[in-house]
Amino acid sequence: MATAKEIADKAERNDIRSRWLLSAPALLIVFLAALGPLLIVVVYSFLTPGNYGDVKWQFSTDAWVSVLLQRDAFDDTLSFASAHLSIFWRSVSLSAMTTILTLILGFPTAYFIATRPEHRRDIWLFLITIPFWTNLLIRTFAMQEVLRNDGLINWLLQLLRITDHPIQLMYTNFAVLLGMVYVFLPLMVLPLYASMEKIDFRLIEAGYDLYATRFQVLRRIIVPLVAPGIVAGSILVFIPSLGAYVTPRVLGGGTNLMIGNLIELQFGQGRNWPLGAALSITLMAIVMVALLFYVRNMTRSDGSHG
Amino acid sequence: MTAMRPAVEAKGVTRVFQGTGQDAVRALDNVSVSIRENEFFTLLGPSGCGKTTLLRLIAGFDFPSAGEILLYGQDIAPLPPFKRPVNTVFQSYALFPHMTVAENIGFGLKMLGKPKAEIEARVDAMLTLVHMQKLKSRRTSQISGGQQQRVALARALAPQPKVLLLDEPLSALDYKLRKEMQIELKRLQHETGITFIFVTHDQEEALTMSDRIAVMSSGKILQVGTPWDIYDHPAQRFVADFIGETNFLDGTVEGAADGKARVTLRSGARILATTTSDFRPGSQATLMVRPEHARLVKAAGDLSGTVETVVYFGTDTHIHIRLADGGPFIVRQQNSRCAGCGFEAGDKVGIQIGDAAAQMLKD
Repeated sequence: MATAKEIADKAERNDIRSRWLLSAPALLIVFLAALGPLLIVVVYSFLTPGNYGDVKWQFSTDAWVSVLLQRDAFDDTLSFASAHLSIFWRSVSLSAMTTILTLILGFPTAYFIATRPEHRRDIWLFLITIPFWTNLLIRTFAMQEVLRNDGLINWLLQLLRITDHPIQLMYTNFAVLLGMVYVFLPLMVLPLYASMEKIDFRLIEAGYDLYATRFQVLRRIIVPLVAPGIVAGSILVFIPSLGAYVTPRVLGGGTNLMIGNLIELQFGQGRNWPLGAALSITLMAIVMVALLFYVRNMTRSDGSHG
Repeated sequence: MTAMRPAVEAKGVTRVFQGTGQDAVRALDNVSVSIRENEFFTLLGPSGCGKTTLLRLIAGFDFPSAGEILLYGQDIAPLPPFKRPVNTVFQSYALFPHMTVAENIGFGLKMLGKPKAEIEARVDAMLTLVHMQKLKSRRTSQISGGQQQRVALARALAPQPKVLLLDEPLSALDYKLRKEMQIELKRLQHETGITFIFVTHDQEEALTMSDRIAVMSSGKILQVGTPWDIYDHPAQRFVADFIGETNFLDGTVEGAADGKARVTLRSGARILATTTSDFRPGSQATLMVRPEHARLVKAAGDLSGTVETVVYFGTDTHIHIRLADGGPFIVRQQNSRCAGCGFEAGDKVGIQIGDAAAQMLKD
């Protein structure tokens, strides 16, 4: 006769088995779509480049060495690959600036929408999403029309006699930044709006009532309450900015590469797949470090009300 | 009255909310009222009567369309809320969820730029005042509704405002807690000596707590007076009807003088009633008689009728009567343990109305 303990053990075993069975589809997708390809990328980064793209199955750490270092063609000495480093730096700094600018522009926008009467908010949100209807490439080329030497901005500047010759805007970091801010702004506004909408606006009245000025209400009440939205929006903007490909390619030209363009170059003209794979993993590492740093910082300043 | 200066004065205050199109709402219509220092003053009225609008105008969350709001003689109507020495206890408490109890209470003082040591001492004093010392470092989401209420009070009292505004602060509490907090509020007002302006739609709350009550309806103040004034000598039918249970009778005025009037009721009985305004002889008037001020007799009285139902409440009994002319009438009698002094449904009874029991009303 089965004791109570045996019955309980059996029930628990059944329970565990059904749990695994139920989560199997999800695990399968995670493995096939995320972990599997990632593993292939890691493996490729330790192989030797083939002559016409692809790889030779021959172990090598050359790709990883050349992520940060370059070998001199004549005396074989190693030095820092300043081209790569400047691309990394441009990517990180442009992405950080994009995040900050979208936050500065998106915060008042989201606040404006969140304070409209409820039935009008949907219309404003709808308007925010309209740019998504047009293909990214087309929007970026439209940006080019605005920034060209004979484009809208230069035409206006010359019309107003602020300048007598066109100012070079295209193929600069500024153009890339402007393009990325334009493209990623909705990704900042939407999470900000989502957390602002939940604010009880009587808290703001309570703040005013307790002698807080408008700025103090913003700093001590609104910003702490919207913090989750700021974190989510910043992550949503920073990560795709870091990997941006189309915008720097079209607006930055060949001289203002970002990591995304460098990786593409290795898989295309460069015919150095292992280096491309190594750079991809480097990008992921940068994102993870930046995220850890950011989230820890936010939760610390936020710590008293975790 | 002694020369007490008014803490808050509203002079001809009007607030019109512009609706879409033509439907502008007059939330306050030429309201004038004077609230004394150290007074527990209640704005009482049904929802939509303008009591909360008046409170928001005093707090500074809203601005009058016309009129002045004076705080100790100074017009504060154009000042933003953070420049008014007035604090509010909100209906929903509006405690800051990202701060602890102590941080909530100290917020006002911090914004006023007080030194840290002073803030700490004051927060501790406030926590003691509302019996919340043990919960000072809790989050506001980790305390009960009654405790949140105390924190909201302490937070509003901490900056030592000249006037404390309370917007239906007890409405979210259950009955027992509400009774407790009513006593607590009276105690706090007594201990701090701050002028309290209390908004409620609960007439019982208003009667038990207030020094004076202003009864409001449709954007106007109908009557200002002590709870006793409001209950026993209402000036208008709305006030009499809104506060407590009341019987209304029609009558013809015979003559009036010195706040008294002789009236002939429809039943033919002539009674003496008190009045707050002048009535010309021969005019029609409505009289009010509180159920506990009329006396039921088995013989003939000023009115006669038939008992319809008898409801026993322990301390007293409510007897619903159908009058001979068809109208309803309620008499409330204190219960004594005498046998045979009770009434039963179907009894023919008389109702006696004493000299001071009836009050004449303006419609």
